[in-house]
This record gives sequence, C-alpha cells and structure tokens, in this order.
Amino acid sequence: MGGLSLMGRALRWDVLVASLLVAVFVAGSFTTPGFATTGNLSFALSDLGEIALIALAMTLLVVAAEVDLSVASVLGLSSALVGAMWEGGMAIETIIPLVVLVGAVCGLVNGLLVTRLGLPSLAVTIGTLALYRGLAYVVLGDKAIAQFPPGYVALAVDDVPGTPIPYPIALFILLAVIVGVVLHATGFGRSLYAIGAQEQVAFFAGIRVKRIKLLLFVVSGTVAAFAGVIFTLRYGSARADNGLGIELAVIAAVLLGGVDFDGGKGTLGGVIAGVLLIGLLRNLLMLGDVSTEIQSIVTGLLLIVSVLTPRLVSLIRPALKGTP
Amino acid sequence: MAAPPTLALANVSKSFGAVRALRDVSIELFAGETHGLAGENGAGKSTLVKTLAGVHRPDSGQVLLGGEPVDFAGPADAQQAGVAVIYQEPTLFPDLSVAENIFMGRQPRRGLGRIDRKSMHARTRELFGRLGVALDPEQPSRGLSIADQQLVEIAKAISRDARVLIMDEPTAALSGHEVTRLFSVAEALREQGCALLFISHRLDEIFTLCQRVTTLRDGAWIASEPVDGLTHDDLIRRMVGREVATLFPKEEAAVGEVALKVERLTREGVFTDVSFEVRRGEIVALAGLVGAGRSEVARAVFGIDRWDAGSVTVDGATLPAGSPTAAMNAGLALVPEDRRQQGLVMDLSIERNIGLTGLRELRRGPTISRRAERDRARDWALRLQLKFARLADGVGVLSGGNQQKVVLAKWLATEPSVLIVDEPTRGIDVGTKAEVHRLLSELAGQGIAVLMISSELPEVLGMADRVLVMHEGRLAAEIPRAEATEESVMSAATGRAA
Amino acid sequence: MTGPTTTVAAPPEQAPGGRSARSRVDLVFRARELSLVIALVLLIGATGAVNPNFLSGQGIEDILLNTAILALLAVGQSVVVITRNLDLSVGSVVGLVAFVTADVLASGWGLVPGVVFGVAIGAACGLLNGLLVSFCRVPALVVTLGTLYVIQGVDHYIAHGRQINAVDLPPALLSLGNGSVLGVPYLPLITLVCMLLIGYYLRSYPSGREFYAIGSSPEAARLAGVPVRRRVLTAYLVSGCLAGLAGVLWLARFGTVIGDSANGWELIVISAVVVGGVAITGGVGSVYGAALGALLLTTIGSALVVLRVNPFWQQAITGALLLLAISVDRVLAMRVARLLRNRSRHG
Repeated sequence: MGGLSLMGRALRWDVLVASLLVAVFVAGSFTTPGFATTGNLSFALSDLGEIALIALAMTLLVVAAEVDLSVASVLGLSSALVGAMWEGGMAIETIIPLVVLVGAVCGLVNGLLVTRLGLPSLAVTIGTLALYRGLAYVVLGDKAIAQFPPGYVALAVDDVPGTPIPYPIALFILLAVIVGVVLHATGFGRSLYAIGAQEQVAFFAGIRVKRIKLLLFVVSGTVAAFAGVIFTLRYGSARADNGLGIELAVIAAVLLGGVDFDGGKGTLGGVIAGVLLIGLLRNLLMLGDVSTEIQSIVTGLLLIVSVLTPRLVSLIRPALKGTP
Repeated sequence: MAAPPTLALANVSKSFGAVRALRDVSIELFAGETHGLAGENGAGKSTLVKTLAGVHRPDSGQVLLGGEPVDFAGPADAQQAGVAVIYQEPTLFPDLSVAENIFMGRQPRRGLGRIDRKSMHARTRELFGRLGVALDPEQPSRGLSIADQQLVEIAKAISRDARVLIMDEPTAALSGHEVTRLFSVAEALREQGCALLFISHRLDEIFTLCQRVTTLRDGAWIASEPVDGLTHDDLIRRMVGREVATLFPKEEAAVGEVALKVERLTREGVFTDVSFEVRRGEIVALAGLVGAGRSEVARAVFGIDRWDAGSVTVDGATLPAGSPTAAMNAGLALVPEDRRQQGLVMDLSIERNIGLTGLRELRRGPTISRRAERDRARDWALRLQLKFARLADGVGVLSGGNQQKVVLAKWLATEPSVLIVDEPTRGIDVGTKAEVHRLLSELAGQGIAVLMISSELPEVLGMADRVLVMHEGRLAAEIPRAEATEESVMSAATGRAA
Repeated sequence: MTGPTTTVAAPPEQAPGGRSARSRVDLVFRARELSLVIALVLLIGATGAVNPNFLSGQGIEDILLNTAILALLAVGQSVVVITRNLDLSVGSVVGLVAFVTADVLASGWGLVPGVVFGVAIGAACGLLNGLLVSFCRVPALVVTLGTLYVIQGVDHYIAHGRQINAVDLPPALLSLGNGSVLGVPYLPLITLVCMLLIGYYLRSYPSGREFYAIGSSPEAARLAGVPVRRRVLTAYLVSGCLAGLAGVLWLARFGTVIGDSANGWELIVISAVVVGGVAITGGVGSVYGAALGALLLTTIGSALVVLRVNPFWQQAITGALLLLAISVDRVLAMRVARLLRNRSRHG
C-alpha cells in the first residue's frame, strides 16, 4: 500500500464529492422549481453559514487526528451569553468580543485537558458538550431574547451589496482562503498532517505538537462562539438550545469531504464540497417539503456512508490482501 | 529422522506490498529438538514466526503440521494445533491479572461453565513454581518488567501443553541468570518432546541451546544445518554473506572539542547518574542489553522524555529538559530506533518527510517553497545515493534500507553538530548497511560528533572510537577502542564487570 | 519501557514489592466505587438535613424509579465501553422503542408481545451498530453518531407529532411502571436483575472476560485467538437490547410518549458510565460501578430540585463530573505508572 495510491484515492474522493455536488445541483434545478434561483441559493448559503465556518476549524482538528464535539454547545453558550448580556443592557459592541473571548476560553479548556492530561479529545469534548450546553441553560434558562439592533442583524442576514452573497458567507470565503493556504502551503499545515498521520514522528522532528493542538482547540472554540453570535443575530433570537446537534452536520461535512477521521489525510477543497453538498441536500429536502425528520435521517446516513465507503473500498481492494 | 517434523514450512513466500519478506523459505521443526533461527534484522525472521503462528498466510508454499498441509485461518487455529509463540514484545492484557492472562479463553471451569478462579490461581502458582518465579497470580500485568512479562508468556505456553514453542528473541531484555533459567526451562520442555524454535541475536545462545540452525538473509533461505561443527564465523558469513572484517570501515578522524556533554543525567526508575562526553570527529557507541536504558538516555538527551536531574550541554549551550525543538536548534539530531513509529510518516512523500525537520528554513514569506523543499530532498537523496523513482513517491514503497536513508537525510539536512543514531542499521540490507557505516564515518571526518546506539556488537566494535556500556540504567563501563572486545563489552553489559 | 530487573532471581524481595504495587493498583479501582458510595452518602445526608422530605419514602422511590432506566442504559453502555467502543445511539433507541411499542400496544397487542417487540427493535438497532463497527471497522463514534440521527429521524417520522397517552395503553403495562413488590417498585428490580446477570456473566464466564481482554489490548486479544468481532457485535447487541427494554420501561413509567423521549440521554448515560469508573479507553470497570454512577447522577438531579438550585445546573454538573472522572482516572494512572516504574528499578 503506497503513499501514492493513498493520495490518489484521496484525490479521487475529493473529485467524487465535487461531482456529486454538481449532480445534485443539476438534478435539483430540473426537478425542483425555485431551487436554482439566486434568492434561494443565497438563502441556502446563508442557512449554511455557521456550519461552514465551524467546519473550517474542525477540518484542522480532524487532520491533526483530534475532534471537537463541543462546538454546537459553545455556539449555544455564546448565544445564551449574547442574550443575557443584551438583556442586561450591555452594548452589542462590548458583548461580541466578550462572547468570542469566552469561546476561546472554552476551546482552551478542551485543549488543556487534551494536551496537559493526555486525555482523548473524544471523551473530553463529550464532557464539555454537556458542560457548555448546561452552562448555556444556566445563563439563560429557557428564555428567548430578541430585539437586537437592526444594523447588526442586517450584517448577519443581508447580502454583500451587489452580490448574492450573504455577509457570513463572504466571511467564510475569506476564512476558507486563509485556512486553505495555511493547511496546504505553510509549515504549520505540514505539521498538522504529520501530527495526524504519525504524532510521534512529528514530535521527534521538533514540531511543538501540544502547543499546536492547544491552538487548534482555541481556534475551534473561538470560531464556534463567533458562529453563535451570527446564529443569534440571523434568527434574531438568543436561546440556550440554539444550534443543538449541529456538530453532527459539521463532522458529516468534514468526513464527507474526504478528511480521514484517523487524521493525516484530506483537503480543504473536499470539505468545502462536503459542506455545500450537505447544504444543497438540506435545501432541496426543504423545498421538496420533506419534513425535518427526513433531513435528520439523510444527514445521519451521509455521515455513515462517508466513513463507510472508503473503508469498504479498502477492505475489498485485493491489493491490500495480506497486509498485517 | 523417520517421524515427520511437528511443524514445517515448505517453500513459503510472503510479500507486503513491494517488500518481499520471505522468498521460498523452508524450515522443519522436530519434536525433542531446539532449532535456531539466525539472520540479521530484516532478514525475515519475524515474518517467518508470524507465518508459523497463523498471523500471516503464505502467498505461496505450505505450512505443514505433522507432515500434513494445514491452513491456519488465524492465530486461534495455530494455538489449537499446539503452536505457542513468545513474541519479542510480550502481548499481555495490561488490565487483567497474570492468571487471567495465562488462561484467557481456557480458564478452568466449575458448574454452569463458570470460571473456577481458585483453581486458576492454584494452577498459575503451580506453573510459576515449576518456573521458579515469585509472581502473584492476582497481580495485574500492567507494570511487570519485560522479563516478568516473558515468564508469564512462557507459563502460558506451558499451560497449553504446546507441542511447538516459538521464542522470538526472548533473551533480548533478560539479565544473565534470567537467561540461564529460561534455558533450563526450554531444555526441560525439549526433553518432554516439545519442538522449539529459538531466535536470538546472541550467537552464543544459539550454539548453547540449539541442535540445528537455519539462516535467513534478506528474506531468502540460506542454510539449515546441525550446529555441531559450525563456527561463529561460519554462521556470521551465512547471515551477512561476506567476511566480517570488511564490514565496518571507520576511518581515523581528527578529534576536536567537546560537542555533547551529558552530566549526571537521571530519569527516575529508568536511568541514573549518566555522564559522558562526545567530541567532534568521534563516534561513541552506547552499548548494553535491550532495556538497559540506552535508547531512554538518547530520548532524554534529545528532549523526547524529561529528565529529573542532571544537565545536557551542546556546544557549550545548556538544553532545557523535554524540548526536542530546543535540542534541534542547539544542533542535535536524533535518528530514532523505530522508523515506522518515530522516523517517517509513511503516508507522506520522500520530499515532505525530508522537509519535516526544516519547515522554518523552507519558508519563503508565509508559505513553504515547494522548490526549496524539493531541492533539499534531491540534494540529500543524491548525497546518500537513495534509490527512488520520484521524490513525490510515498516513503512506504521504499525498501527498509532506503527508508533509513530518508530518515538520515531528514536529519542531516538540519546540519547538526551532534548526531545521535539509535540502531542505525536495524532491518536494512547488507549493502545499505555498509553505506550507512561509511556515511557515519564520513560525517565524523567532517567534524560531527556521533553517538551511536547499537545492539550489534560487531558494528559497535568496528565503528566506535569509544564504547560506553550501560547496565540496568547506569553507565557500567567506558572502554577505549583498543580494549573493546566482545568479551569486555558483554561482561560489562551483563553486569559481570565490577 | 521498564528495564530488566534482578528481582526475579530474588523471590523474597519480589513478592512484597509486587504485592504492594498490586494493592495500590487495586486501590485505585476499588477506590472509585468506594468514593462513589461516600459521595452518595454525603449528598443524601446533606440534602436530607436541609429538607427531610428528601429522605421520605416517596423521595427515595422517585430516585429509584428515575435511576432504573438510566442505570439500565449505563449497564448496556458499559459493556460496549469495556471493549473500547462507544454507543451514542442509545438515547434515540429508547425514544424509538418507547413510541413504536406504545403504538402497537395501543393498537391492541398484548403486554408480552409488545415488550418482546420493543426489545427486538432495540436489538435490531444494536445489531446494525455492531455490524458497522465490528465488520466494517468504521470508528464507533462516527457510526453511532450517524445511527443516532437516523434512528431519531425514524422515530420523529413515525410519531409525526402524535402523542400517545396512558389511557390508550394496557393497564398491565402501567402497573409495571408504578407497581411494586414488597414495597420495592418493579422498575429498579428489573434493572437490578439485568445488572447482576450481566455483571456476573462478565466476571465469571470465560467469554465474559474476553470483553475486558479486547478493551485492554485489541492486538493481544487477536493474537490470543479471541473472536474480537463477535464479542464487539455482542456488546452492541446487549446495549441495543437493554436500550429497547429501557424504552419499554420508559413507556411504563411515564405512560405518555411523544416523538422525542430520552433525547440527548446518550450524554448522561456515558457520563454515568465514566463517572462509575469504566475507563473510556476500555478494559477497566464494572457494570456495578456504572449503575452507581447512574444513581449518583440521578440523586444529584433530585437533590438540586430539593435544594431549590436552578435545575438547569444539572446538565452542566453532569458534564463537569464526566470531566472530573476522566481527569482523576488519568492522574491516578500516571501516578501508578510512575510508582511501578520506580519499583521495577529499585524494588
């Protein structure tokens, strides 16, 4: 089993997802009226904003063979904090940086538990998934806070003037370019792949593994908290249960995009294709008046298929016969 | 012999991807006989063992049990057939008790098929009694020393009434009297009619214990013959395929000032009070038995593990504990012992692996320059005469020797002043081995200080200007080149030299 | 890596060294169950002192009833976790089974066929998870996260906003939920029986020990000829069956179901298991500990209500306890490793 064939396969997986994306798009425009309109696509993108943003940070983590399940809870906590502080009369200009800072601290807690104590990130972030969501409820209870300043709501909802691109998506595009360069063209990105594929080798090569992982968790928390702000403004409603369960969609998008759950493999292009694919499918199901239940089933199935297919291919591949 | 061999391989070949681990190999193990298996690292010994144990299935050829072809679908089948294996790395369940480890899957039962713990513990005590071991059957196996773990494995094999017992380098981590006791156990088993396969790097042990010996070289069968009448040199010649004398060309080099200075280095429970110096132009070998703490010292010096006391100085600058990054910046390089786990990212290409130690140097602006990365890789690949198709190929497709060259290239590219190499020729073919030796000698000639850890005595004796010998976590002796012989090094390594 | 020792040749020194190391290792594991009991006693004592109602028959019965379902799930989950896997889908299985069982019972099925049907649905879900994890070798977390959402979606799809009420259900089922024998309610009894059976099996049967062997070292288990896939499949099957049974008991206890019963319970279940001393890395722990963990979490929930603490704290406390448990385990394991390392050299 050579590196070349592995890389070749990853490449093909990217292309596969991208072609599937195109196919879904074409099929959608023929079968579903109102799908291929600028208005609808802009809406679909905007509906995808938080997931897409968090997926960027999650990609970096999964490439480094870690995972953060607490992102949706950080989003919820951030939303609850925005609501509570707004209700308490604070200015939105003060609230947003504070909330993002809290997100960074949430990520820092995850990262410290993983790097200092050497705990599996899976177990840690299942714990903080409960903890942060719990804190969200402690902060806001089951109240819903609304009436945010229209200027800020517009930033979360409106399109960049002259384009059909909503502001959050514009931000996503900007960040995606940065993350793409970081992951694929910098030494930092090289380090992530090495850490994910064989952590000891990276450590022996003088790469500061723990510091890098800590940073990734902080980034993940920060992005999730910022996504919480966008979510709150976009729906005009701060609630403790905002974004419940979207970690699933994020992870599904990342894995669907061809990033290996065991780390060390995958491309950002694949992840973006994965995010868009999930977004389009959701939008199509919604337009087709399919209930949210079915959407949940489809997302779950996509997740299973995205991890199952590569494994099945590798199990069937006769070339791998006899490998220990 | 009239009776068919208890267990045999007939013309077995086995490949892993591009690597041909076994080529047309045959071996016959007879009841009441201890068979030695000799060969250098990477000669295919472990693959042969795993084929006999049912872990690997041969690509071609047959496994014969009592003369009949069998097809072991898995380790369970081989065990059922009475084949017990003691692997190099003991395979115990750390969370379960010693007794459970021995009897997993075959626990003594009482009513309703329940485990009879009392009888299990009693039988374990009895087994340990026969082996002369004082271990508590109810103790969890986590935290046992390697020697104790191996004894548990042997107890397991005995409890199975194994007809074939395969021991893959069981003595590597044992001290002198532990080896003696292991041998008396093996001898007793043989007399009871067990067929034994014994693998060891120490040729003395093969001569002591075995009646016949099979030699492998580069995955191919070389010879199977009685031990009587065979000399050490005969066996080594079969293993390496040439005269020993030409193997290790260390040239004289001008010895400069001290580059690496280690003072009273201690890591609790691992090594204690280790002090030594390596000068520019010198090759210093760190010898000792496996488990004596050699690699552990190297790891600590390079910052992989923290030390509890002492200091490390490189070119006069003191290193902080536990930081490989700082060690690299100070001019240290470590070629680790385990290529797969520590040396190379198998999924990455040659150029990316070589670039991994120079992510900062390869930067042009914020991003990595692919051209600089490729140049660096090409430069070193040519200097080390790496055999490759394209630099973008994954390192997984290379042979062991070429993989080792990539690891060396990766570290030499950092232009170190001190190079630590841990088992630099483990698992690589003979030709490459000589190249690696020539390279190390050249590097010393260029004024690099080389610290070499090696388990192969000829390599140590041939290459080193000085030999440091470790025994049970302490430096037991420092032997200058002129006085270093197999005897002097081994007696220090086994603690016989006071 | 531990170094070679000379102690083997000197048995008199080895034995005490080995034994004291062992008793310390033992202590770490025993200590968990002991400290859980102490925490429970302190919690109950303190809460009872503030509000004596907490210790009334009704208060204790409530705790037992609430614990029963969670503990049952924790027992199933711990079998999976012991093999170094995870089943995130249990909460959704409870919801699905509760609803479809209510559906068939309301349509006139008898109690026994209804219960069997519910457990069978749970078993089918467990089988699906088990096949994906053991035979397709897909990471357990991802698969069961996927099936969690699929099963939940199916549940919501079937329920479609409906609600099934106690009046539609056979009285026999409801008396299972509320009745008792000799003053002890049925539900905790059922859980107790399941826990004892599984606990006894895991401890006393050769195949039971193999679950621990797999979690302790999958590679060694393979070399020892343990049927790894079959055992992992069995673990998921057990977890699925118990989740199915828990779904039926949920229905019996609450009488009314909508489409999202036990939503999000997987987190509480995993917390209970981990707090109860089952290592998330497999090979260590017992179903008794897991059940104790469930009891502790439930008691905390009840105590919060009695102490008039904002009940929203409960989820946060659950998460914090999980983090505390894994951190303490880790720190203790590092201490023990250090201890053993030193002993092996100096002992």
